[in-house]
Amino acid sequence: MKTVIIKYNAGNVQSVMYALDRLGVNYLYTDEEEEIRSADRVIFPGVGEASTAMAYLRSKKLDKLIPSLTQPVLGTCIGMQLMCRYSEENSTDCLGIFDVDVKRFPKTPGVKVPHMGWNSIYDYQSTLLTGLEEKAYVYFVHSYAPPVCDYTIATCNYIHPFSAMLHRDNFYAAQFHCEISGDVGEKILSNFLKGE
Amino acid sequence: MLTKRIIPCLDVKDGRTVKGVNFVNLRDAGDAVELGALYAAQGADELVFLDITATVEGRGTFIELVRRVAHTVNIPFTVGGGISSKADVSALLHAGADKVSINSAAVRNPALIDELALEFGSQCIVVAIDSRYVPHIEDVPDAGGDHLVHTHGGRTPTAIKTIPWAKEVEDRGAGEILLTSMDTDGTKNGFALELTATISGAANIPVIASGGAGTMDHFQEVFTTGKADAGLAASIFHFREIDIPDLKQYLQDKGLPMRL
Repeated sequence: MKTVIIKYNAGNVQSVMYALDRLGVNYLYTDEEEEIRSADRVIFPGVGEASTAMAYLRSKKLDKLIPSLTQPVLGTCIGMQLMCRYSEENSTDCLGIFDVDVKRFPKTPGVKVPHMGWNSIYDYQSTLLTGLEEKAYVYFVHSYAPPVCDYTIATCNYIHPFSAMLHRDNFYAAQFHCEISGDVGEKILSNFLKGE
Repeated sequence: MLTKRIIPCLDVKDGRTVKGVNFVNLRDAGDAVELGALYAAQGADELVFLDITATVEGRGTFIELVRRVAHTVNIPFTVGGGISSKADVSALLHAGADKVSINSAAVRNPALIDELALEFGSQCIVVAIDSRYVPHIEDVPDAGGDHLVHTHGGRTPTAIKTIPWAKEVEDRGAGEILLTSMDTDGTKNGFALELTATISGAANIPVIASGGAGTMDHFQEVFTTGKADAGLAASIFHFREIDIPDLKQYLQDKGLPMRL
């Protein structure tokens, strides 16, 4: 089993690497096409801002590579948002793997943005969530999110319901940070990395 | 539902945790990595590690500790203490910290907040504010009667008022505020509820309340009256005066959203 973490200017991916270490999973951190194509599992991590990240992906031609992958791919946080069609964050055209637009949380009196902290997810519709209790808590830090749509496999509610996880074919994505979401996050990562 | 967060704070010197009682007398409360892992297993929502010797000793020991913590715990953690440059932040984030907390350096050079937020993203930039009520500053008649920002572990007063400073750090791109009341810190008489509520109401970013926790009711108060998003404490956890699982159960029973 070969696992690759895609290397790009996505902020701190160290905690993703450490999470894989804890799971006993070897990985390669790379932006080379051959290595990525030959992986059994691909993780597309990220913390940061959409337009800068997309510009970098284009400069490395990763914007063409990632949507063409056929093995299981898991995007997290900004990785998830980049897999959508478009993000309101600096009006950014994204990869279009999920035909849905990422929107900013609306200004709401008394409610803070970013959505930061532990929130529960529900309405599971994927084997990636096998073994989790309903309404499991995971850790979020974000100001933008895709709405609930045909690809939604887990929902979260903050101001309004939004997609906590998406799935289409071989592509999976999580808005929250699996790598620092305690045992729940590790279970999701483990399901992704060790599943069929 | 987004939960309220319980955050143990570990003051670290040479890899071991110490708790300053009124920031002077230090007592040893164990190995920092082990204690952090224990808190994570008990249900702590985040951890904060403060390098209290950062300005005196080299940062190498602390960075190594950050690496060990990141390897061991599976919840978010913030590190702080003596951070004053992009290079400091970069080194700590690359060692595996999820957020960094800046304090004195932000007061000295507020533009640092903008730079760090731009470079690393607001989500990982916490601005710590140490505040003390100062009734009157000698020779400066206009400046008294307000909560003033203090730097250098609370030792150095400034003329900066806490509430406008909190708004400024948000405007400059801080992702979170860690508010410590020097008036309540170490007293175990409860958090500074009014100040915390004012700042939490004025800022549109999460506020972590710190200083004064002595009972479980103090946490309930700071989440309701104090409008805090998270409550931070140290010695009451280190010396097991309050156990985190008991505290979270208690708060949930009182109707507060908690991760259990």
